Amino acid sequence: MHTSTLIILLLGLMSLAYYFGRKRSLSLVGGKVRDLHSLPSYYGMQTAMWCGIPALILLALWLSFEESVVTGMVVESLPQEIQELPPERLDLVLNDVRNLSQGDIVSSTVDQTMQQAADHYTSLMGISHMALFVVALSVAILAGLWAQRTITREQRARNRVEKAINFFLLSSSTLAIFTTVGIVLSVLFESVRFFQQIPVTEFLFGLEWSPQTAIRPDQVGSSGVFGSVPLFAGTMLITLIAMIVAVPIGLMSAIYMAEYASKHFRTLAKPVLEVLAGIPTVVYGFFAALTVAPFFRDLGTDIGLTVSSESALAAGVVMGIMIIPFVSSLSDDVINAVPQAMRDGSYGLGATRSETIRNVIIPAALPGIVGGVLLAVSRAIGETMIVVMAAGLSANLTANPLEAVTTVTVQIVTLLVGDQEFDSAKTLAAFALALVLFVITLALNMIALHIVRKYREQYE
Amino acid sequence: MNNQQQQHQKTMDRVQQGLDRRYRQERHFRWLGMGAIILGLVFVSFLFITIISNGYTAFQQTYVKLDVFYDPEMIAPVGETNPQVLSKADYGGLIKASMRDMFPEVTNRREKKVLYGLISSGASYEIRDAVMNNPELIGTKGEVWVVADDDFDMLIKGHIDLRLPESDRRIKDNQLAWIHDLQEQDRVEKRFNTTFFTAGDSREPELSGIKGAAYGSFFTLLICLVLAFPIGVAAAVYLEEFAPKNRWTDIIEVNINNLAAVPSIVFGLLGLAVFINFFGLPRSVPLVGGLVLALMTLPTIIIASRAALKSVPPSIREAALGVGASPMQTITHHVLPLALPGMLTGTIIGMAQALGETAPLLMIGMVAFIVDVPGSVMDPSAVLPVQIYLWADSPERAFVERTSAAIMILLAFLISMNLLAVWLRKKFERRW
Repeated sequence: MHTSTLIILLLGLMSLAYYFGRKRSLSLVGGKVRDLHSLPSYYGMQTAMWCGIPALILLALWLSFEESVVTGMVVESLPQEIQELPPERLDLVLNDVRNLSQGDIVSSTVDQTMQQAADHYTSLMGISHMALFVVALSVAILAGLWAQRTITREQRARNRVEKAINFFLLSSSTLAIFTTVGIVLSVLFESVRFFQQIPVTEFLFGLEWSPQTAIRPDQVGSSGVFGSVPLFAGTMLITLIAMIVAVPIGLMSAIYMAEYASKHFRTLAKPVLEVLAGIPTVVYGFFAALTVAPFFRDLGTDIGLTVSSESALAAGVVMGIMIIPFVSSLSDDVINAVPQAMRDGSYGLGATRSETIRNVIIPAALPGIVGGVLLAVSRAIGETMIVVMAAGLSANLTANPLEAVTTVTVQIVTLLVGDQEFDSAKTLAAFALALVLFVITLALNMIALHIVRKYREQYE
Repeated sequence: MNNQQQQHQKTMDRVQQGLDRRYRQERHFRWLGMGAIILGLVFVSFLFITIISNGYTAFQQTYVKLDVFYDPEMIAPVGETNPQVLSKADYGGLIKASMRDMFPEVTNRREKKVLYGLISSGASYEIRDAVMNNPELIGTKGEVWVVADDDFDMLIKGHIDLRLPESDRRIKDNQLAWIHDLQEQDRVEKRFNTTFFTAGDSREPELSGIKGAAYGSFFTLLICLVLAFPIGVAAAVYLEEFAPKNRWTDIIEVNINNLAAVPSIVFGLLGLAVFINFFGLPRSVPLVGGLVLALMTLPTIIIASRAALKSVPPSIREAALGVGASPMQTITHHVLPLALPGMLTGTIIGMAQALGETAPLLMIGMVAFIVDVPGSVMDPSAVLPVQIYLWADSPERAFVERTSAAIMILLAFLISMNLLAVWLRKKFERRW
């Protein structure tokens, strides 16, 4: 609440600065706007920017360093024996101090030193907040005043404001790069740490996956084997089932929509199918676990087959349903991009509609369709919630769709949800899996986008 | 001449011969297409029917009427108004006493415990609140409607199969008899389930609600919108209007297209590594969730905004430049207002995506069991899809209907957001 009050105050100051900046520019020329270099509002904006931006930058820096500085000061005030604790124990103590100062539940017993440290922490935080308030507001006022005082008739206010806006636009567009770099770095760093403990070859080619590492050396069943082949096999199996469901249905419905359906039918049926694309994956997961998986299990029992209640079939079929609209809308785009002249040529030779579709349109649209299917595959590989809720947990190297298999995303979730320590191979394995997942989907997307783009250029 | 005619007839005959087969193939192909669409429609309707038929009962809750004697010995002397004293009294004891009065034949200790179990453990808080609001109740007798336990509720709603042997049932035969007695006396009633909309999460299905998750979703989306919309529009404007055509711009473009297809769980790992481990932000708070979802929806918003900017005809820009506007003025005064509806449509669709997203939020710890309704972006909270995931994992039958009901509410939000986007597009769409 404290920070938001400050931000609101700063915004208020900025609007005041705008008003006074504009007023001063007008009074400089006695109300004759044409004597100014820029429109009066630009002088106002310039003043407001000077008032707000330095103060906001200060606020951001202050907030990001406040915690560590204050913690450092609290550590210094702690008795010697606590200061010399190993870092992770010290972190625990500090956590307790923080909780104590906020009046939350504390894990250890509260003694005199803890209470003192908590009080010290509270008072330091209070001082820091007060100081921030005063410093930020005075910076805003001083910078705003200075900017307002230095307004002259010839000042190129518009150019400066536009430059600032341009800088904002440019930096926004580079955020995408930073996101990618952030993903790569954050996944890569932890993966490197993982591969220091587990050799890359074992991870990539090992046939057994059982990430439970032993806490005590004599523990049973805690082998800690990290061979990722069963996970990728499971992912591929579910993806394959999903594609078997999604590609024919998606492609055929796109063809029907584009070539046969009346306009009336299209406007009715298309939005309904697109509803499938808007349903959150967690809903599909619930649907798979509650309805589809028991259905397949009962069906299997009736015809004498044992179907696991977490079968790859159920997860794959539901994932396929999820991907239908994706395949169909991408195919729709490429089918519509095939020039009408090619259809007319085929009809002119006496071909029926289906012959035209099979012999002319699909071959012409094939690269685009393949690109779309690749995008769909990459989507199926990265899909998480359906498999988390409907697929199994234990790694099982099998090609039988009636058995339970696990996937890469399921393992990432199970390894990272819940309590975690950040240096065990178990947690780091999730990052290594994510790295492989990222590389695979990236490669698929690159190839798919390349194919689609190349194909589009052909007919443009 | 004759020969030629013969040959011509032969060709026609061959065409005629094949015609039946070709028309048949044509029909089959058509049926195949129709079948694919019908299958898709069947999937949609089947999904909705399952969810609705499972979930509609969650909007009702079974209540039981008890005759409660507000015993001064158990609460406080008549005339006591000090809230501290009142809040500490044993209200559960009042309910137990009332149940004992109703079923005097139950004496066995174990049976008594089962009997008390028919009433939700939240009922004592209801009575406490009633007494604290009106301390004059102490010493009087009154009728109170209290929430029934989830198994009782499930029985009334017909979700418990009575044909199963007793040992397989959550409701035993003696409980059945008591419930039957209560029904005979008109003490059981189904009412609109207000708890579902006013409570946070709970271990007891009958006391759990979606308010906490809904607030969490609201705060998360707020952060996401505040960050993603301005940045996305700015990036689109730069790339579409100002960026020079060079390698750097190409790299940014390829990057945005690729980010749009990166699995959402990877964004969760980014959030975990960067925001939580590196910047030290707390886990499970909407602020971090909003940051992660903003990064995730950014490509969607940028791509939609660029399409909207592209659809503004160049003549508008040329006219503005012609009368002496600067390039920035051209954009901010003329192009941007015209492209705004398209940008908003894209943003709403992106927000709808973010509202339904679960996987990245699991990574940043938004799966914790949180009872309190969050009051700001820094309070730990769940969001609607995560709440659905958590409830779907709970074994109680009563959570199945609550999961479905929460899904219905989430879908209602999503569908109305999408309808808003469609309406916006229809209303402001311009053909140049």
